[in-house]
Amino acid sequence: MSDVHVQLLDLACGAFLLTGVLILWRSELAKIVTLFALQGVALAALIAVLGAHEGSAELLAVAAGIGALRAGVLPSLLRRALAASGERRETKPIVNVAASLVAAAVLALLAYAVCQPVIRLAPTPATQAAPAAMTVIFLGFFVLATRRRALSQVVGFLLIDNGITAMAFLTAGGLSPVVEIGVSLDVLLAVLVLQVLTTRMRAAFGGTDLDELRELRD
Amino acid sequence: MIGAAAQVVLIGVGSPFLVGLMRQVRARLEGRAGAGIAQPMRDLRKLLRKEPIAPHGTGWPFRAAPLVLAATALVVAAVGPFATTDSPLDPAADLFAVTALLALGTVALALGGLDTGTAFGGMGASREMTVMALVEPTILLAAFALSIRVGSTNLGQIAASVAEDPLSVISPVSLLAAVALIIVTMAETGRIPVDNPSTHLELTMIHEAMVLEYAGPDLALIEWASAMRLTVLLGLFAGLFTPWGITLALPLALAVFAVKVAVLGALLAAAEVFMAKLRLFRVPELLAGSFLLALLAVAASFFLERA
Repeated sequence: MSDVHVQLLDLACGAFLLTGVLILWRSELAKIVTLFALQGVALAALIAVLGAHEGSAELLAVAAGIGALRAGVLPSLLRRALAASGERRETKPIVNVAASLVAAAVLALLAYAVCQPVIRLAPTPATQAAPAAMTVIFLGFFVLATRRRALSQVVGFLLIDNGITAMAFLTAGGLSPVVEIGVSLDVLLAVLVLQVLTTRMRAAFGGTDLDELRELRD
Repeated sequence: MIGAAAQVVLIGVGSPFLVGLMRQVRARLEGRAGAGIAQPMRDLRKLLRKEPIAPHGTGWPFRAAPLVLAATALVVAAVGPFATTDSPLDPAADLFAVTALLALGTVALALGGLDTGTAFGGMGASREMTVMALVEPTILLAAFALSIRVGSTNLGQIAASVAEDPLSVISPVSLLAAVALIIVTMAETGRIPVDNPSTHLELTMIHEAMVLEYAGPDLALIEWASAMRLTVLLGLFAGLFTPWGITLALPLALAVFAVKVAVLGALLAAAEVFMAKLRLFRVPELLAGSFLLALLAVAASFFLERA
């Protein structure tokens, strides 16, 4: 890999990681969706750099598709759900923001530790950036576990998916396009279902605070 | 030697004008005429002419604090890589030493604030210590991230290596460290999201609460030292991330340094116009975030930078 490619790849990974952390940091839901769109751009850029390096038109096409889905379609769906719900902020996360940022630091170190065997298999610049993808997966799990609003939970789920996609491209050069398209469609479907579910929840209970959904009602 | 002396003179004389410039930028952006960039200098002259007064019952910490604050700022001005990288105090031009010097000044001022025994002095000192306890680890970590690539914590060497290879700044490590350092610079100099330098509202003030009892020449010394700290921190930022022109001849390098710091200061002041002050209880959140960014910078330097 040439120096320019390595630098661009590192930069894309850095942006990918940074947007993941900022999603954990901010509490306005609208900002979270914007950051998620930026992360989609970073992910597409990451794949495009890999594709440009390998000179594969297939990867470039996948990058364009992923960019359109993760930075275009999904954020616009989330924005519509947000506008419909009328909720503005993640009010009371189970773990407060300062503590969750410290937890994110621990998760980053954990990701670095667990990625060591993978990196030792094939120490290329791409695999060496794998801990960044792993960190985003962990951050997604953390958001899923500690946030209460349905929309933040959807973003957490999508963070995990972004992380898994980045991991696949960094370590294995990507999946075959058929699998990639299948997974992307699955994600799109899942978000659509979750959006419908969120709307129903709001219609039924007047809010999407998941703590209020512990007991069954008629 | 001449370079270091020239740095001290430039920072000593120029820092009040930097403060004036920042106030002027804010005033213009808020639709006011502003007092002109020489106003802080006129204020200092006015304060210096007044008779020195110390409140009853204060002891030596109160009297020593302004001197220590100014002395530490001057030493940092002498050793930093602002216009030249070969300082006569080269072994002291260490990131850890510089951080310690800045912290020493802060602690001295906090002790001075406590020594007055007033409610505001103690409150300001306790808040300043809270902020400092969160700021110091971030500065150290960010500095550590920058020093890994160079293999040395010497400021001059870090600046020189970036000056040789300007593109190395465009890496995740430098970017994360830069964001973390911007946040701690604003906290350390008491700028807007953390502290408001132009208010004396008791609910919010941090720095102003500590210096409330100072008057006359002592206050002048504190104001001047605070201006120098601001200049020095902005200068360090410029020196670590954009050390262009540091290898030029001395007069030219000084001019480039002055321009860079003025631009950074103007940008900071302009950004402040669009921000509101954070509630005191949310300040730790901001600083925890900057700490995380600095930690990620260190982590990224291990998993992204190849030896």
